[in-house]
Amino acid sequence: MTYKNPPTTPRKSATFDDYTLSEIRRAAQTGIYDIRGAGAKRKLPHFDDLLFLGASISRYPLEGYRERCDTSVVLGSRHAKKPIELKIPITIAGMSFGSLSGPAKEALGRGATLSGTSTTTGDGGMTEEERGHSKQLVYQYLPSRYGMNPRDLRRADAIEVVVGQGAKPGGGGMLLGQKISDRVAEMRTLPKGIDQRSASRHPDWTGPDDLEIKILELREITDWEKPIYVKVGGARPYYDTALAVKAGADVVVVDGMQGGTAATQEVFIENVGQPTLACIRPAVQALQDLGMHRKVQLIVSGGIRNGADVAKALALGVDAVSIGTAALVALGDNDPRWEAEYNALGTTAGAYDDWHEGRDPAGITTQDPELMKRVDPIAAGRRLANYLKVMTLEAQTIARACGKNSLHNLEPEDLVALTIEAAAMAGVPLAGTNWIPGKNGF
Amino acid sequence: MCGIVGLFLKDKSLEPKLGALLSEMLVSLSDRGPDSAGIAIYGATTGNEAKITIQSPKPERDFRGLDAELAKAIGAPVSLAAKSTHAVIRTTSDKVDAARGALQTLRPDVRIMGAGEAVEIYKEVGLPEAVVDRFDVRAMTGTHGIGHTRMATESAVTTMGAHPFSTGADQCLVHNGSLSNHNNVRRELIRDGMKFETENDTEVAAAYLSNRMAHGKNLGEALEGTLSDLDGFFTFVVGTKNGFGVVRDPIACKPAVMAETDQYVAFGSEYRALTKLPGIDNARVWEPEPATVYFWEH
Amino acid sequence: MPATTMPKAQSDQSHARVFDLAEHSLRELNQALHKLTPGSNETAWEVLHPRGSHSVAVGVDQPVSIDVRGSVGYYCAGMNDGATITVHGSAGPGVGENMMSGQIIIKGDASQYAGATGKGGLLVIEGNASSRCGISMKGIDIVVHGNIGHMSAFMAQSGNLVVLGDAGDALGDSIYEARLFVRGKVESLGADCIAKEMRPEHIALLQGLLDKAGVTGVKASEFKRYGSARTLYNFNIDNADAY
Repeated sequence: MTYKNPPTTPRKSATFDDYTLSEIRRAAQTGIYDIRGAGAKRKLPHFDDLLFLGASISRYPLEGYRERCDTSVVLGSRHAKKPIELKIPITIAGMSFGSLSGPAKEALGRGATLSGTSTTTGDGGMTEEERGHSKQLVYQYLPSRYGMNPRDLRRADAIEVVVGQGAKPGGGGMLLGQKISDRVAEMRTLPKGIDQRSASRHPDWTGPDDLEIKILELREITDWEKPIYVKVGGARPYYDTALAVKAGADVVVVDGMQGGTAATQEVFIENVGQPTLACIRPAVQALQDLGMHRKVQLIVSGGIRNGADVAKALALGVDAVSIGTAALVALGDNDPRWEAEYNALGTTAGAYDDWHEGRDPAGITTQDPELMKRVDPIAAGRRLANYLKVMTLEAQTIARACGKNSLHNLEPEDLVALTIEAAAMAGVPLAGTNWIPGKNGF
Repeated sequence: MCGIVGLFLKDKSLEPKLGALLSEMLVSLSDRGPDSAGIAIYGATTGNEAKITIQSPKPERDFRGLDAELAKAIGAPVSLAAKSTHAVIRTTSDKVDAARGALQTLRPDVRIMGAGEAVEIYKEVGLPEAVVDRFDVRAMTGTHGIGHTRMATESAVTTMGAHPFSTGADQCLVHNGSLSNHNNVRRELIRDGMKFETENDTEVAAAYLSNRMAHGKNLGEALEGTLSDLDGFFTFVVGTKNGFGVVRDPIACKPAVMAETDQYVAFGSEYRALTKLPGIDNARVWEPEPATVYFWEH
Repeated sequence: MPATTMPKAQSDQSHARVFDLAEHSLRELNQALHKLTPGSNETAWEVLHPRGSHSVAVGVDQPVSIDVRGSVGYYCAGMNDGATITVHGSAGPGVGENMMSGQIIIKGDASQYAGATGKGGLLVIEGNASSRCGISMKGIDIVVHGNIGHMSAFMAQSGNLVVLGDAGDALGDSIYEARLFVRGKVESLGADCIAKEMRPEHIALLQGLLDKAGVTGVKASEFKRYGSARTLYNFNIDNADAY
C-alpha cells in the first residue's frame, strides 16, 4: 500500500501572523497608515511579572479592616501655595473633551470627586461640566494650546505641562473631522469637520532650559498657587525626570507605552516608547540621585488595572498612579452588551479601538448626540467610584499583608520577579534567587 | 541645555575688563545651567610662547614640581601658574607637542583642557558664580572669550562633561541644544582615530570640527559641514585665536542674541546676558539667521 | 474677542504707579497687577529697569496701561487680557504669548515666537520680529513694521498677520484660516500656503488693521495676501510629503 504525499498540518507563521497579514492588505488597499486609539496591545513585561512576598515568620501582617492602612497622598509640595491632597493614590489621566463625549467627561468628574481624587483635562481644553463636576481638576498645557486661557489656568487646581505621552512620545494630538463638532471646533478655534493636525513641540519653548522659563511664567500668572506637573512619555525616564526636576516641576508624570491615546498611528503606539515597568526604576533613581524623592512627586501611568498594579508601582517608589483606559472601561467602554454593534463595525467587544471614527457604541469616545445618550453620567460616575474603591481596598489588602500601615511604606524589597526581564527592569530579584540582573555587574 | 556667552573686543581699552565682563554675562545665565560652567579666555600672544591649560583632580600632588620635571623632559624652559584645580603651563611654541606627550607619562591623571598661543580654558562642576570665583576669571585680561553654563541632558555632570571643548590649537567649542545623531558620528570619528572622554554630544561636535580641520578644511568649512552632518538642535559658538564664530542649525529653535557696538561684538543665549555691557542701550541687537556661519576676527 | 476701542498707549505720568524692578521682585509686580479690580483708579503703571527679566506683566486682566522702560526677556505680557502694555525696548521670545485681548506695543525688536498661540487683541512690533512670529495664532492680530523671520505663522489657525517688511522662509507652513498680508518679499512659502487674491473686503480689513496699529505712509494695496490652500484639511495619502 502506498501513500500519496502525507499532508503536514497547516501552519501559520509567527512572523506573518493573521493580524500582520490583514494589516498589509489594508495598507495595500488604502495607501494610508492605520490610525487607532488605546495603548500598546502586544504582550509586554508588566506588573503581572512581579509578586509580593507577604508576611512570614520574620514579617508580621496588619489586621485587615481593623488596623489602619493609609492611602492619602499630597502632590505639589515643592513650590505651590496650594498643593493637591488626594484621598487615594490613583488619579484620572488626561483625556480630552473632543475625544470623549461631554457625559463621559462628567462621569469621570463625578466618580473622581466621590473618591477624593482628581481628573485631568486633555487636548481640547477645560469644559464647564468638568470644572463643575471635578472637585480637583488638573489642567493640561499642551503643544496645541487649544482652548488655553488664563481664566481656566486660575480655576485649575494644578497645571500639567505635557511634553509627551506614552502612546506616542514625540507625536501631537490627533482628532479627525468626524469628531470635530461645532462645540469642539469652537473650543479649538478650528473649522468644523476638518482633520485636526497637532504640533508635536510646544510653540514657544524647546528644551529644559526654556521649559524652566515657561514654568516660571505659568507660576507668575497663577501667583505661585498651583502645583506644576510635567508629563513625559516613556522615552528616557532617567534623564526626563532629572530635567523636569531641574526645570522646576513639582510633580513628574511618566506614561508608559501601554498608556492610551484617542488616536494616533498604530505603528507609533506599538513601536515607540518603553513599557511602564521599564520606566519606573529609572525615574525613581533620578529623583533619588537629585535628593528629591518624595519632594518632587512621581505619578506613573500606562496599563494600571487593579490594586495589585497600584501596590507594585508604589512599592517601586512611585507616589501615585493614573488611569485612563481602565477608567473608560469602568464607565462602560468595550462592554459586551453592545456586541452586535461592534460586530457591525467589524470588531468585537474588548478589541474595539477605532475611537477616532466617533462611532463608539458605548457612547464614550464619540460626539454623536444619539450615541452619547448611552452614558448616564451619574450611574457611570458611580461605577467609576466603585472601581476606584475596589482598587484601593485591593492595594490596602496587599499592603497590610506586607505589614505596612501606609501604602507608601511598600518597598522594592517586598517584591520578586517571575521573569529575568521583569527582574532587570524592576530591579528586584528573580523569585527563588538573589539575582537582580544588571546589578553588581552581572 | 545651557547658556552660552561670547565677547569679542574691538576696543583695546576694554581688554583689562574682558574677564569681568564675561563673568557677569555668564553668571546672569545661571538658571539655564546650574550643573557646571566653563570659560575660554584669549589673552595676548608673545610670538613664540604657547600655553597648555591642564586640570587635575589632585592639584596639590600633580602640580608640585611639575614645571621642573617637564622642563627636563622636553629640554626647554617651562613655567607653571596654578589656579585651584587648573594650571597654565607656558613653554616655547615648538615644544608644545613634546610637552603634551611628556605630561601623559609624568602625570597620567592630568587632563588637558586646551592648548595654543592665546587660549586658557577653565571648567568645573558648580554654579557659574562659584566657577568664576574659583579661577579668579574676573581679574583676567584678554581680547576675546567664550563661556558656557551647563544643564546636563543625557550625560553625566562631570568636569570633563563641561564646555568649552577644545577642538585644536587655540580653538574651542560651546553648544546649546541637543544633537540626535551624535552616537553614530562618534563611532565614525573613533574609526578615524579620534579619542573621546565622555558620552557628551558636544564633545562629538568638537571632535567633528577638529577632524574636518585635520583633513584640510578651515574652520568656516568645518562649521558649514555641521549643518549637513550633524542632526538635532544646536547653537554653536567657537573660539579661535583671532576671534569667534557662531552657527545655528536650520530649525533654529535654541535662542541666540547678538549685540554690536564700536567697542565689541557680544553673543548671549538671552538678552539678559548682555544687559550690563557698556553702551548696550545703543547697541545694534539682532538674532543670527539659521544655517548661516558668522565670524568676527581681529 | 477683538477689542474695538482701546486706550492709547500713553500714561498720565503724574498719576502712574511706578514699579522699579531693581528694587522689587517680579513676583511683587505681577501680584500687584493681579490684585487690580474693575474700577480701580490705578490705571497707569510704569515698570523701570526690567533688564531683560522674564514674565514681566503676565496674566494681567484689567484694562490698565503699563509702560515698561527697557528691554524684557521671555514671555512679556503673556496671556494679556485687556491691558495696554508698551515695551520701550526689545522683547525676548514669546512676547504676548496666548494674549486674549488688549494691546501690546514693542518699540524695538521682538525675538522668536512673538504672539505665539494668541487668541485676540493686537500686537504691534515697531522693529523686526524674529522666527516663528505668530506661530499657532488663534485670533490675535499682529502688525510688524519691519521684517519677520523663518517659519512664521506656522499652523496659524485664525487672526491676521501684517508685515510691512519681508518674511523669511516657510511662511505659513500648515496654515489653517489665519490671513497673512506681506508688503515686502517672502523668502519662501510653507506647505499648503499660497498667495491669494486681494479683494475689496481684504483691502478694507487690512486698512482697518493698519489704522488700528497707527501705521501711516503705506497703502493696503501695496500688500500681498497669503493663506491656506486647504489641501491638508482632510487626510489624503497623496499629500503624505506635506505631513
